[in-house]
Amino acid sequence: MSAPVLDLDLVPPLGEPRPQPVPEVATTTLPSGLTVVVVPRPGVPLVELRLRVPFAATSPRGAAQHTARASVLSGAVLLGTNRHDATGIAELLQGHGAELSVAADPDRLLFSTTLLSEGLAPVLGVLAEVLTRAAYPTDRVDAERDRVAERIAIARSQPGVIARTALAARRYGTHPYAAQLPSPELVGRVGAAALRRLHRERVLPAGSTLVLVGDLDTAAATDAVAAALGEWTGEGTAAVAPPAPTLAAGHLEVVDRPGAVQSNIRLGGPAPGRTDPDLPAVRLASMVFGGYFSSRLVENIRERRGYSYSPRSAVDHLAAASSFLVEADVATEVTGPAFLETWAELGRMALAPVTDAELDAARRYVLGSMALSTATHAGLAGTLSALAGSGLSAEWLAEHQRALAEVTVEQVQEAARRYLAPATLTGVVVGDAERVTDALRALGPVDVTASAAATAPEPA
Amino acid sequence: MTTAGADLTVRHPVERFSLDNGLRVVLAPDRSVPVVAVTVFYDVGMRNEPEGRTGFAHLFEHVMFQGSAHVPKMEHARLVQAAGGTFNGSTHQDYTNYYEALPAEALERALFLEADRMAAPAITAENLRNQIDVVKEEIRVNVLNRPYGAFPWLQLPQLAFESFANTHDGYGSFVDLESSTVADATDFFSRYYAPGNAVLCIGGDLDVGETERLVRRWFGPVEARDVPPTPYTGEPSPTQVRSGVVEDRLAPAPAVALGWRVPDPVGDLDTYLGTVLLAELLSEGDASRLERRLVHDDRLAVAQSSYVGLFGDPFDVRDATLLTTQVHHPAAVPVADVLAAVHDEIGRVAAEGVEPEELTRVQARTSAQLLRQADSVLGRTLGFAAAELVHGRAELAGELAARLAAVTPDQVQAAAKGLDPGTAAVLELRATGGAR
Repeated sequence: MSAPVLDLDLVPPLGEPRPQPVPEVATTTLPSGLTVVVVPRPGVPLVELRLRVPFAATSPRGAAQHTARASVLSGAVLLGTNRHDATGIAELLQGHGAELSVAADPDRLLFSTTLLSEGLAPVLGVLAEVLTRAAYPTDRVDAERDRVAERIAIARSQPGVIARTALAARRYGTHPYAAQLPSPELVGRVGAAALRRLHRERVLPAGSTLVLVGDLDTAAATDAVAAALGEWTGEGTAAVAPPAPTLAAGHLEVVDRPGAVQSNIRLGGPAPGRTDPDLPAVRLASMVFGGYFSSRLVENIRERRGYSYSPRSAVDHLAAASSFLVEADVATEVTGPAFLETWAELGRMALAPVTDAELDAARRYVLGSMALSTATHAGLAGTLSALAGSGLSAEWLAEHQRALAEVTVEQVQEAARRYLAPATLTGVVVGDAERVTDALRALGPVDVTASAAATAPEPA
Repeated sequence: MTTAGADLTVRHPVERFSLDNGLRVVLAPDRSVPVVAVTVFYDVGMRNEPEGRTGFAHLFEHVMFQGSAHVPKMEHARLVQAAGGTFNGSTHQDYTNYYEALPAEALERALFLEADRMAAPAITAENLRNQIDVVKEEIRVNVLNRPYGAFPWLQLPQLAFESFANTHDGYGSFVDLESSTVADATDFFSRYYAPGNAVLCIGGDLDVGETERLVRRWFGPVEARDVPPTPYTGEPSPTQVRSGVVEDRLAPAPAVALGWRVPDPVGDLDTYLGTVLLAELLSEGDASRLERRLVHDDRLAVAQSSYVGLFGDPFDVRDATLLTTQVHHPAAVPVADVLAAVHDEIGRVAAEGVEPEELTRVQARTSAQLLRQADSVLGRTLGFAAAELVHGRAELAGELAARLAAVTPDQVQAAAKGLDPGTAAVLELRATGGAR
């Protein structure tokens, strides 16, 4: 067949956009300092619950140990209270369709679950019991610690994890964010007493936010939270990370993974935070570059050259630092050319104009995908919980949408020159150093290091 | 107290009609959010591939995004995304699907795009070559460059089944992928992508009458072709243990997977539902039997999971399929100890049955998960389409939570009796990379 030509007369035009329903968000603060956010949404008879407790390491010196303790605490907190053992807690939750998961990252502890809406009060009761009466039974904690060490050893064998931790170490230097994944040895030294103390000192209501979205009544749900979590008190405020430094980009780092059939290219640099007026333009610049399928990077290294399955870029927010990130996993034999094309597309973003069509498409996509992702209970709950971590309310969503609508081509150009220029980005490539380093050296200085996974001793 | 079964039915009405070319159409209106989902399921999956063409169903899925009669390369993505929508496709054992989730005002555009490639995708040598390269990178990132990448979903079926359809690698060998030709792709399209071999399902903010008119406008002109019969993929049940070992030089620790043949998901759905709940009872959460025994009490495992259906969805597969139990354990724990504990726990369910209270809790959890999937317009629409294609009834997707809530302890006990240690397929993964 002959090559198709797009006949725009044939493509059905878009109808008038229908207005997005505005979520009805009720925010209250309990005497303990806990912020409670309730969003009633009919539909399926479910509620999504997210409790975010700021849990950052507060100093560089203690960061590695804090990360190790947090990784064990997030499992051990569910191992029992002075009223129920681990199975008892799980059974109480399961009867209401719930299963509490606890996750730690560089900013926070996050308790989350889905539950059948009839179970709100009893599930809040179990949550309160875990927050105020977690027992950290010594023998169970020891077993959990050993399991966490094994799981971290497995995680550190994943090339994506190796790349992420190497890039963070390089970008954040001595800031706590540099320690993304604790070493198995430090995890091996975590004991029950340290967890009890950490819980007492750091799992605090002041500064924390509980988000409930779903089939519920605002006043009744807020009352239920106040009744269930009234006993959760504590001195002080949950801790956030200190400001992160902006380090110079430095040399490209190749992390050696002998025999790897693929190289994991990662680039990262600073980006504006959620309240920075530059953010909308940078988000749109990132979209045009590699933020979605209709982007320059995907067209180049996937659809034209077949180097990579899912090359991508994104703007990512931590509480104390926002990032512009580029990722591409490519075959070992094309690592040099794929890096060159990625580099060249970044340079083109910084120096050559973006078209009106590119900007309009990116804008509609960002607005549309925001609407899709906040259309579910889980998506809205996750978004509101993340915003709370930056001290922002649901109103930020509407303001950000308005700001995105007003960004001009010139603003995208300026943002790309400042934040997407290759010289501003720190680079890491995880791959077979013997086969990829020479080609990468053609583009600039390269430091080769051994994989952290390769040097880590076997866990106990 | 848990929600009564009758309240768990997803209450979205379903409408259906067919076109003269054989296309089956399901509409599931829900006007609560201004979003629509459009999906086309073709009744061809990895199990339909001929020998020498492993991975072809998935490769062809990629080719379907390379343009069509009136849509140049890259434009499919641009037209969806510039309308504020998202898109993707996926290849499963028994079907290949394509889908978009978009603002409601972009519905007709999505119908135009799906109809255009159902009529005439751009199957060219250049597009095929490019997508062979992309698929090889996909396999590298998901399988070859990743510890546990093929475990157990690509490796266990080779032990558990007999026929080529059920045992071959659906991602494909590089040799088969490299030798694929435009003629292969044209034949595959002609045979399996006929409108009569597909289900179109549209969910969300739509008007039924207007949507039917738009469907007829865009899909009506697609030419009818013969539809191949649905191949029989069932197999006789095994009568003995089959064991195997794979080596993984990237993995830092060993693992083991057990697979048991389960009842026919379509022909014997009621018995199958007992098996689905058994998998949940065994492995979902800290209250589950295997989590307590393997992870907490005996400390034999780092992680465990059990599930029905190799791709993790028990309701989108035909016969034959497996209940798989997968355990990651420390190197110091002998695999025999893990196997003995798994068989012992299942044996207890088979011998002693299940208390109604325990089963009720498991059912509450299962209902919540099904409702959660149904909360998104896209998730619900995909569920309706899979049920229409595999079970012949889209409505089943909305009824599953209630059907599972009605399963009795006896059904779960019967399911456990079916997991005979003497008929399991057992695959050990050994970590052979050493401390590189």
